[in-house]
Amino acid sequence: MLELRLASRLGAFHLEAQLEVAERSVMVLVGESGSGKTTLLRCLAGLQRPERGRIAVGGEVWFDDDTGVWRAAPERSVGVVSQDVALFPHLSAAENVAFGLRARGVGATERRQRVAAALERLGIAALAARRPQQLSGGQQQRVAIARAIVVEPRLLLLDEPLSALDAASRRAIRAELWRLLAELSCMTIYVTHSPAEALSFGERITVLEEGRVSQTGSREALMRSPRSRYVAEFLGVNLFRGSLAPAGAPGQPPAGQTRIALPQGELVVSERATQDDAAIVIRPREITLALERPTGTARNVFEGTIEELLPEPPDGELVRVSLASRPPLIAEVTRQAVAALELAPGRRVFASFKAAGVHLVTETET
Amino acid sequence: MRSPAPRRARLSLTRVALLGASALLIAFLVLPFVALLLRVTPGDLAARLASPMVLEALRLSLATSVAATAVVFVLGVPVAWLLATREFPGKRVVEVLVDLPMVLPPTVAGFALLMAFGRAGLAGRALAALGLSLPFTTLGVVVAQVFMAVPFMVGPARASFSGLDPKLLDAAATLGARETFTFFRVALPLALPGILAGVAMSASRALGEFGATITFAGNLPGSTQTMPLAVYEALQSDLDAAVALSVLLLVMAFGLLLGLRAAPVGSFWGHARARAAAR
Repeated sequence: MLELRLASRLGAFHLEAQLEVAERSVMVLVGESGSGKTTLLRCLAGLQRPERGRIAVGGEVWFDDDTGVWRAAPERSVGVVSQDVALFPHLSAAENVAFGLRARGVGATERRQRVAAALERLGIAALAARRPQQLSGGQQQRVAIARAIVVEPRLLLLDEPLSALDAASRRAIRAELWRLLAELSCMTIYVTHSPAEALSFGERITVLEEGRVSQTGSREALMRSPRSRYVAEFLGVNLFRGSLAPAGAPGQPPAGQTRIALPQGELVVSERATQDDAAIVIRPREITLALERPTGTARNVFEGTIEELLPEPPDGELVRVSLASRPPLIAEVTRQAVAALELAPGRRVFASFKAAGVHLVTETET
Repeated sequence: MRSPAPRRARLSLTRVALLGASALLIAFLVLPFVALLLRVTPGDLAARLASPMVLEALRLSLATSVAATAVVFVLGVPVAWLLATREFPGKRVVEVLVDLPMVLPPTVAGFALLMAFGRAGLAGRALAALGLSLPFTTLGVVVAQVFMAVPFMVGPARASFSGLDPKLLDAAATLGARETFTFFRVALPLALPGILAGVAMSASRALGEFGATITFAGNLPGSTQTMPLAVYEALQSDLDAAVALSVLLLVMAFGLLLGLRAAPVGSFWGHARARAAAR
């Protein structure tokens, strides 16, 4: 169990965060640049001392301003993988991986065995003797991951580990990393800008906005009720801003339903809007795709071509489909549905959802 | 429409200025060396260099500057690391102190050393109690050279340490490396180009040191008369010996600087990369 509560001030920027991570679990931390993610990670790694608060990992206190406890980075059991890799350029891949073991005084025989096992685990045993500059970006990142996990840290901090890679190696490593994290017995904090990564890695997601935790919860909870525009946009739930359609307009919906005019179309909602301006969330799973115009009870039907199919999580049962409809929509369907409808980019489909599948959101901030 | 013409004129004016200044300066630098080299024939030079006075001065110069460089390296590199990685009260003062010998007239430095380490000096008595005497000894020559070479070691080494990617130092820390381990395993190997530059420059400075040496250690053939001092003395008695010694010093200084440029220190890891690419 990781418990963190801290406050840190850097010039005009003020970070004040509280966080809990369960044993053997992955917490995804998201937030725009400047939201304080990096500061938070540096405090957790022991590279920066917060002003106030407490950090405890598995009952071990790493920082407590009440008792004056402060453990610097070398005294913490922590592994860090960052987007800029930071491999030692003068050391081979194997020597890079061995660095932490050597620093902790692990003997040569055990060191060799553990380095070999870590390299093997990440599929880079054949590259052991290479220098970082002789490796591709993806290979370098594998070395960095091996280097971080070989010391078996209590806490693993992954700071956008895939964001500097090209799309192909990102996909390859993402799937592997997902399996790897499931095997590891440490707690992991995974910082990412990518919704796909957040949804595939995070059992729990914490959102940091302007130095404060704006929302924390399960992936499901966040998608059901994103508390801010940023969260909704980040998770790729369909969030639109519209206004009440003028009363008496043609095609008035049945009682109890509201028509909302969007800049790119119109929606019917089964809730009563109380404000003129409304933010609307349509969960991707509420959207049904079909090849023919549906004749059922769904009030909202949009036609468009498929732009992209993205499996979620990487090996999971669900696929996210982005549609170039008006307004643009993201649907989430099963793998079987994709196969049955032969969904592929460029294909014309009809997206439909019931008025009850649309939710008005009270935004905490815009 | 008319703008291109004056622009071209101004451009060629710039060119003339650049070429003119460069030619003048290079001629100014080369001429004394040529004049020096024209004074002797190779055979004459060899004969002069074999004279006992020259050989004695050469031996002394090499021994003292190697010793001085070693001392400056051992003391200077940790100070460079300290200045590059720490903030502390009085850091500015330390920085100025470290740079001071570079701008101080060497005779003033030598005089100050005499006041400090001379027989009646501030620390002289303590040294005498230990049976050590610095002024007018070979050890004194080394002390003078160390004093004058400090900025040439600390400057480049510090710049090199400051230029290290802080992410690498952070990575080392999170991997459990304490400062000493990080220093020897990461900082020192990666800052090697700058440190070697510092070694070459302090060696050159020690080899050419004159003012502080003659003031603090005197000009005693065999024990404190290094090559620059021997040149000075020969100028008054034996001009040809002075020429021979000067040519020798010129060649050594030129060789040190050229070696520094040609050796792969400037792009130490760049070369490793090039090798890798060739594979």
